[in-house]
Amino acid sequence: MTETGNNETIHENNFAENKRRLTISEALREAIAEEMRRDPSVFLIGEDIGVKGGFGGAFGVYLGLNEEFGPERIIDTPISEKAIAGAAIGAALMGMRPIADMQYADFLFECMDELVNQAAKMRYMSGGKMSVPMVMRAPVGTTNRGAQHGQCPESYFMHVPGLKVVCVSDAYHAKGILKSAIRDDNPVLVFEHKLLYGSKGRQQAGGFDLTTYVPAEEYLVPLGKAVVKRSGKDVTIIATHISLYRSLAAAEELAAQGIECEVIDPLSLVPLDTETLWQSVRKTGRLVIVHEDTLTGGWGAEIAALAADECHYSLESPIKRVATLDTPLPFAPIMEQAVVPSVERIRSVILSLFE
Amino acid sequence: MSIFDELSTEKVLSLYKRMTLLRRFEEHVYFLFLQGEIPGTVHQYQGQEAVAVGICDHLSHSDWITSTHRPHGHALAKGIKPREALAELYGKATGCCGGKGGSMHLGDPAVGMVPAIAIVGGGNSVVTGMGLAFKLRQTGQVAVCFFGEGATNEGAFHESLNFAAVQHLPIVFVCENNMYGASTAYHKVSLVENVADRARAYGINSEIVDGMDVLAVHKSGGDAISAVRSGKGPILLEYKTYRFVGHSRNDARGYRAKEEEALWKERDPIVRLRNTLIAEAGISEAVFDEIENEVKAELDEATEFARTSPDATPEQALEGVYA
Repeated sequence: MTETGNNETIHENNFAENKRRLTISEALREAIAEEMRRDPSVFLIGEDIGVKGGFGGAFGVYLGLNEEFGPERIIDTPISEKAIAGAAIGAALMGMRPIADMQYADFLFECMDELVNQAAKMRYMSGGKMSVPMVMRAPVGTTNRGAQHGQCPESYFMHVPGLKVVCVSDAYHAKGILKSAIRDDNPVLVFEHKLLYGSKGRQQAGGFDLTTYVPAEEYLVPLGKAVVKRSGKDVTIIATHISLYRSLAAAEELAAQGIECEVIDPLSLVPLDTETLWQSVRKTGRLVIVHEDTLTGGWGAEIAALAADECHYSLESPIKRVATLDTPLPFAPIMEQAVVPSVERIRSVILSLFE
Repeated sequence: MSIFDELSTEKVLSLYKRMTLLRRFEEHVYFLFLQGEIPGTVHQYQGQEAVAVGICDHLSHSDWITSTHRPHGHALAKGIKPREALAELYGKATGCCGGKGGSMHLGDPAVGMVPAIAIVGGGNSVVTGMGLAFKLRQTGQVAVCFFGEGATNEGAFHESLNFAAVQHLPIVFVCENNMYGASTAYHKVSLVENVADRARAYGINSEIVDGMDVLAVHKSGGDAISAVRSGKGPILLEYKTYRFVGHSRNDARGYRAKEEEALWKERDPIVRLRNTLIAEAGISEAVFDEIENEVKAELDEATEFARTSPDATPEQALEGVYA
């Protein structure tokens, strides 16, 4: 088994045309199945995840798993997010390794008490005697469903000591880091973007192929190791989820104008791979952070503050954030696309640094 | 056959002694708190001892409990030593949580108690997972969730009871109905008189029991725990009880009638059991004196331990955030 956050490997993986290519959905399903086979303490809990004749979770990630693992290990719950989170926490305290499921990340607010007051603090309050080895998966991202089914709430959880926060953006890393998260002895929230699950979001992702090479042999991707998706010398772009692909699309356009962007996927916000990030910022002297979470108090603000602290004397221009504007998400596609970071907005913000 | 049904006089005396320990511990803590030796605040358990003692007597250290912001009694009844509990109240490194928890978060996995959860209703959702783990592993362990009647107006209470019911989890939900959520009387915040009635709405069996009678608590708790352990699904027990003290440190209890307090004081579970032991089993004053002396000696030793233990260090504040 290999453990890798190695950039060359990833680069090679992404461009290996003749190898096994999977969607994020397929990769996550493989990760879950492998870990459930490996460790009997791993189980799934959530709404509509194992129902026979159902849809395998809100986005089909669990399809087929019920046939192999049955209702003992795939526990369908009432529509009760507090109970789901509480059950995962309690089982984790007793040494199980639950993977809890939120149909939409917006529903995490239903169980904020369990996650923030219980999951995050049990280890600390017990004086280090207990731990909460659980995963909470949550789909983010706006998809013409209005204000309550599209938020990207990862920043709320980055704020809470005791929680770990992962954002997956490609199949290779999604599989490897989910397996690491399941084996982690802490509560880990894994945020996945709805438009990236399959290959249908290609257009919204700036035309990028959303499948990646996933080796058949087992591997892990560690938390706390960022991935350089594109190398460049002029400006560092830190982005997650669909904003990562839109940033890559903007970088492609800017390359034609002679601006070389270095695009980095942090992969986990907690722990944050500051070494890789600052190394890049010190090299390029410019930093743009792109996320689909809203601007004010979003995780980009934290990274900007840290970068100002660590890289101030290397910076040649102000740190910029490109984020969803500070509104609830509107329904109408024309309004929705006006508030989320577009390739065009990312491109023009980057360009402004060179004027 | 003893006068106490299935219980030997020795067993009843042990329940008496444990209740006495809980009572004297709390009185002693209050004294130390007023002396300024214990920082923060305390939520105390005087009056409700019969519930923790009567229930926990049926649990081994491999059975688990959740508790609330008022956890001193549950902690001692479950087996945390007075010295480790008191050191925790002092914020000492030798406390059961290394000084990180304090009065509201007493707990210790060694005795089967997760850190007490001081968010009202918080333990109700977490306990479902404990029961789920026991069910999935088929270990025969039982989880007990202690909570107040105030928690029954939290969403967590309802989601958890329903989830525990449909999953047939090995959990006993123990409601200590002391009639007041802080200063608010229960009848002002619920048109349903008994918490037990709410359990029935989720298809769970429930029972209303006198929480000021440790023998009644012991009997009902034993029956419920046996049933739950044998896989019959969760049960809710409602104990009608009363706290003899304020909600927390600065509570003059102006919201309760003095007559009401006096009436409940007459039902003091420790005095009641003492009278029964004298009248029915011929226990002499000397035996009770001996119990008091043993409890006092244990608390003196605990106080010495807590006072002389090393303080938790500033550096330790940074440890244990992540596993």
